[in-house]
Amino acid sequence: MKSKILKILIYLSAVITLLILFFLIAYILIKGVPNLKPDLFARHYTSDNVSLMPAFINTLIMVGLSLLIAVPVGIFSAIYMVEYAKGGNRFVSIIKLATETLTGIPSIIYGLFGMLFFVTTCGFGFSIRAGVATLSIMILPLIMKTTEEALKAVSDTYREGSFGLGAGKLRTVFRIVLPSAIPGILAGVILAIGRIVGESAALIYTAGTVAQVPKRLTDSGRTLAVHMYTLASEGLHMEEAYATAVILIVFVLGINTLSSFIVKKLINVDGKARLQ
Amino acid sequence: MERSNRLVKASQLKERLMQAVFFLSACISIAAVGIICFFIFANGLPAIKKIGILQFLTGTLWRPGNDIYGILPMIVGSLYVTVGALLFGVPIGLLTAVFMAMYCPKSIYRPLKSAVELLAGIPSVVYGFFGLVVLVPLVRNIGRSLGFGGNGSSILTASLLLGIMILPTIIGVSESALRAVPSHYFEGAQALGATKESAIFSVLIPAAKSGIVTSVVLGIGRAIGETMAVIMVVGNQARLTGNIFKGVRTLTANIVLEMGYATDLHREALIGTGVVLFVFILIINICVSLLKKGEHR
Repeated sequence: MKSKILKILIYLSAVITLLILFFLIAYILIKGVPNLKPDLFARHYTSDNVSLMPAFINTLIMVGLSLLIAVPVGIFSAIYMVEYAKGGNRFVSIIKLATETLTGIPSIIYGLFGMLFFVTTCGFGFSIRAGVATLSIMILPLIMKTTEEALKAVSDTYREGSFGLGAGKLRTVFRIVLPSAIPGILAGVILAIGRIVGESAALIYTAGTVAQVPKRLTDSGRTLAVHMYTLASEGLHMEEAYATAVILIVFVLGINTLSSFIVKKLINVDGKARLQ
Repeated sequence: MERSNRLVKASQLKERLMQAVFFLSACISIAAVGIICFFIFANGLPAIKKIGILQFLTGTLWRPGNDIYGILPMIVGSLYVTVGALLFGVPIGLLTAVFMAMYCPKSIYRPLKSAVELLAGIPSVVYGFFGLVVLVPLVRNIGRSLGFGGNGSSILTASLLLGIMILPTIIGVSESALRAVPSHYFEGAQALGATKESAIFSVLIPAAKSGIVTSVVLGIGRAIGETMAVIMVVGNQARLTGNIFKGVRTLTANIVLEMGYATDLHREALIGTGVVLFVFILIINICVSLLKKGEHR
């Protein structure tokens, strides 16, 4: 009898989890899709059209620039951790502790830090570049972690084979190890994109909330998530807020599908290559 | 001979140079943690000192207009919604993890796993918006019909929403903890005549305890640090209340709501709020890494 109740509870919980997700997505889509009017995609934001296009473009800029900084740094530090540092090294455990700490810091603290450091101390002001700098630090541990896992997953026979053929360490890393680790790295990068797209607390007081596409990197600009927060908290443009939520959800859905697709596809190709 | 020597030297130099680049990149994360700690503490601690640490932490009034800064209501508010989130999120999350590890037919495992990942990927503003348009009216109606009042933006609403938001963390970490338990534990229990359910609850879950506790601690971290979603549903009144249908304000909300216009001591007090939040988060981080260490042993 007790077992039966427990079993029912277990099934019920799984159903609740799924239902929450479906209800959330269905609700936003049903309420939001009818509000996707052409006005929303106008080139410029005015208080009449409440266009989300500038915010959308800002989001893309933010994603591109943050990746440009964080991906090389993240990959390089992962290379150091996996390929160069000796295991059990004191320094390695400090870096591990540092990345774990960075992972645990909530976005509002990043926002506060970005405001104190980049906006005020560095004199960036509320600007795209302050936002990008803050986000780069925020996604760095994610990229490091996934790249490390990907590098560790590369079989040592690859490295030994490369050394055996007379390649140096550097060449082995760049020509042999890194290419085999690409699917894992890519999955991490896509997760990072998702994180940037959804970010709002870290951006309000770094990149600011101006609803236009900035002319320079020193100007302020809001991303989609910030745009959505502003609309919803003002409460004047609920229909547009629904529509923006749809765009954000579609974005995230796309990112998730893409990441699992890439991982599957590349691993398949890779698996075949290994067989040959 | 000499030429090849030079080539060897050039490539050695390149190796050294790149090794230095890798090393420096690895140092960046340490530097980042360092300056984040430095800037948050250096900007927040002076204000806390000026206000008086006891007055700041235990003061029940937050009146920036009169230069009265007590953040006890916010600390309690953060604790309320975090505990509330755990009450909703942990049972459902843990049982879902049990389902995924032990009951789930192979054919629906992938879709379910992607669903959980999607749940983790949804931006917090979208959660907040969902809470604002669905949960707030729901809780308002429940509260009114039960006679507790309140306008829907409340501790209960924020707890429900955060409970949903921590689900993916709880499910993901608990599931891998359950899977890491050697299968002979479960088989042994079943061989002794235990039903599947009692084997799970009396053998498997206790064996996976440290992983499950880690998932809960990570969930606490996520809930206490969540900002935008909470602001939209928690009411944001800086007060102490025992009524879960009434609104409160969290530490995170305090920072975002007032930072836009705050100046002087008020602004510093907000950064001080950040310091308190940061200390909470650091304690949680330490707990997580201690738990992980315990697991490896």
